[in-house]
Amino acid sequence: MDLNILWFLLLGVLLGGYAVLDGFDFGVGILSPLARTDRERRIVINSIGPIWDGNEVWLVTFGGAMFAAFPEVYATVFSGYYVAFMLVLLALILRAVSLEFRSKRSTPAWRTMWDWGFFASSALAAVLFGVAVGSLLVGIPVDDRGIFAGGFFDIVFPSAQPFFPVLVGLLTAALFTLHGAIYLTLKTEGELQERVKRWIWHSFGTFLVLYILTTIFALATVPQALENFRHFPWAWAIVVLSVLAIGNIPRAIFNGQGGQAFLSSALVILCLVSLLGIALFPNLVTSSVASGNSLTIYNAASSPKTLTIMAIIAALGMPFVLAYTGVIYWTFRGKVELHDHSY
Amino acid sequence: MDVVFLSRLQFALTIMFHYIFPPLTIGLSLVIVYLLALRLKTGAAIYDTAARFWTKIFGINFAVGVATGIVMEFQFGTNWAVYSRYVGDVFGSALAAEGIFAFFLESGFLAVLLFGWDRVGARFHLFAATMVSLGSIFSSVWITVANSWQQTPAGFVLREHTVNQRTFWRAEITDFWAMVFNPSSVHRLVHVWFGAFILGAFFVMSIAAWYLLHGRHQEFARRSFGGALALATIFSLAQLASGHLQAGNVAEHQPAKLAAFEGLYATEAGTGMYLWGWPSDEAGKVLFGLQVPGMLALLVDGDPAATVPGLDRLEADWGRPPVWTSFQSYHWMVLIGGLFIVATLYASFLRWRGTLFDKRWLLWFFVFAVLLAFAANQLGWVAAEVGRQPWIVYPTVAADGTVTGGLRTADAVSEVVTSGQVLGSIVMFGFIYLLLFVLWLTVLNHKIQSGPEDHAAEAGGTAGRELLDAASRRLGHEDSMTENRAPAPGRA
Repeated sequence: MDLNILWFLLLGVLLGGYAVLDGFDFGVGILSPLARTDRERRIVINSIGPIWDGNEVWLVTFGGAMFAAFPEVYATVFSGYYVAFMLVLLALILRAVSLEFRSKRSTPAWRTMWDWGFFASSALAAVLFGVAVGSLLVGIPVDDRGIFAGGFFDIVFPSAQPFFPVLVGLLTAALFTLHGAIYLTLKTEGELQERVKRWIWHSFGTFLVLYILTTIFALATVPQALENFRHFPWAWAIVVLSVLAIGNIPRAIFNGQGGQAFLSSALVILCLVSLLGIALFPNLVTSSVASGNSLTIYNAASSPKTLTIMAIIAALGMPFVLAYTGVIYWTFRGKVELHDHSY
Repeated sequence: MDVVFLSRLQFALTIMFHYIFPPLTIGLSLVIVYLLALRLKTGAAIYDTAARFWTKIFGINFAVGVATGIVMEFQFGTNWAVYSRYVGDVFGSALAAEGIFAFFLESGFLAVLLFGWDRVGARFHLFAATMVSLGSIFSSVWITVANSWQQTPAGFVLREHTVNQRTFWRAEITDFWAMVFNPSSVHRLVHVWFGAFILGAFFVMSIAAWYLLHGRHQEFARRSFGGALALATIFSLAQLASGHLQAGNVAEHQPAKLAAFEGLYATEAGTGMYLWGWPSDEAGKVLFGLQVPGMLALLVDGDPAATVPGLDRLEADWGRPPVWTSFQSYHWMVLIGGLFIVATLYASFLRWRGTLFDKRWLLWFFVFAVLLAFAANQLGWVAAEVGRQPWIVYPTVAADGTVTGGLRTADAVSEVVTSGQVLGSIVMFGFIYLLLFVLWLTVLNHKIQSGPEDHAAEAGGTAGRELLDAASRRLGHEDSMTENRAPAPGRA
């Protein structure tokens, strides 16, 4: 396997890991206004309280790895999507602040303000990430130097497919909401858990509709996605797998198997990230003006030496990361308990 | 206002705000590890109480550090795309290592440190705290290594890289360890660490002094102050040594920067050192200054008659670092450092004599000295980063004076970002960071006013103590007695 493909895959792992982990954090945030009392809100927030920060590190590492492995893409995308990235930062900072400061005072006005901050920031981040993914699938106008020559509206409403990025944005939010709702059933009990289960059905329905719409749109209007399915027919297996995983969610919930439902929603996310990778390959940034301008995993990459060094760093570091992350999640297993030191 | 100026302004504002928090995180993490270790060893309640107190403060600090830190990682790409393309092959791997080895470690185990008090035993809790501390320290390693590479690049070669139809030069790594251990890494890293330890110590002393002056939490305050004073004294002295070594390093590898630090407009034999002054570009010299003759020559070359090169030795096309800012930030950092040495030695002496806690004026000094510690940490970085201008990656200067490589700051900004966009984001960060700052101070103040609470040696269960706890906490707090307590056992 060549180093460039290896790093393409590893970036996919980092992105997939981020989507699965911070995905339910965002979902919990989007659902949080449905908690009625202050105590319920605290339970919802504390379901992710200990672990959201560690989950966010997957994004930071994804960004760092992109910088190191494919600096041309890092530079083009981050500068080209300037306004979008500033909004993402705004959302992430607002989420951190909302979580951290919310319970530090007891006045209802204070807490309500930060509860809305938690909701709004989670929703904004989820939609923005989806919009970014959608725009990359459609392609952006990069010139022959690999520099993006457009503005914010070229990203959100590209002339070729004006509605696709927003659609993917909504799909992402719906998927994270579903994922978050399933996570919450694992962490709550009693009457709150019963209500959360109802939220699952609503979010599942919303997700399903958006999933079907997005699939139709993608097949009809994003031709390069289909291109790669012809090159890699095994990719259809991933589509089948994602459909099965989607189907398993209501089945598992109905049978009271919350854990299996959560694994299924995680699998759906991983499948969609994989399909993103397959659709893009070997490009990372597809040019919508001239295919010769695209940034690929070869022309955008760092030197083989750097890719090798980074592979060693990843090989040394990631097993530890996965191991202690598992231990930490295990430490906080079970239903949420509120303590003095909780949020 | 052009996009280069605005991007530089934004980077300066965001990094200076961010840098309030990581050194404090590093410093406080050591305090917490120390306390949790003693809690494990002795089981004494006072260590549990103290650890819980500092951890609460630590938690808010850490969160703001992370929130403002993500901004930095993204900003290389958003505002400095040319720079990112030029150094990605070298710099990027240091950043990725920071993520994999450091960020996951500190953010992951933070969960156990902050939320695991009643879930895990004292041993695992101490382990978690140690991992958080190690993670924060390790993170400082990688980012300082990356910055040091910018200042004194090593282990790389310049190569042409082709993207589709166009070709450009970029730095590519040839030797990872040479990159990591580039000429200024170790000196800079040690200096950064000591700066963080000093800040942590002064922070603790500030709060402890406050309690002592108000007659509250006396035993906690005395012990905290004593421990922190010892740390502050040792590291203030150590920082002087570290600073000297680093300045020598700068003299060797970035002479233009040292010349700016010292306001050496004209090269003179027996180069003196200013204790303070006002460099004037118009006049071409330092006004209102107090100069010790031969001092700089002595420190740099070991000979007071030697000559340290001045800015006049620079080639015309090199460009000059901003002298006034470099000079003042450097000098005020050193002056603060000197003040700290005097103050901590004096306080240590008084403590040995047993009269320290009677000297109210000295305690008041330590209440406010933490502000100077924050300032010194910032000023050091201002000196380092302004002194390297006009370069964002320092060039290599051969023995015969030929300059190769290097990237100028003015050439490093993103190609597509407009000044309007940067102005917009500066305003956005301005608002958010102002809000964050006020919130941080408010919550910090609230926690300090509340003080360390007596959780005693009761591990686990809160049954029956709830009401007494709540009642005792009522004094001086805004928390309601009835709202948001964990439910007594038996209630859902």
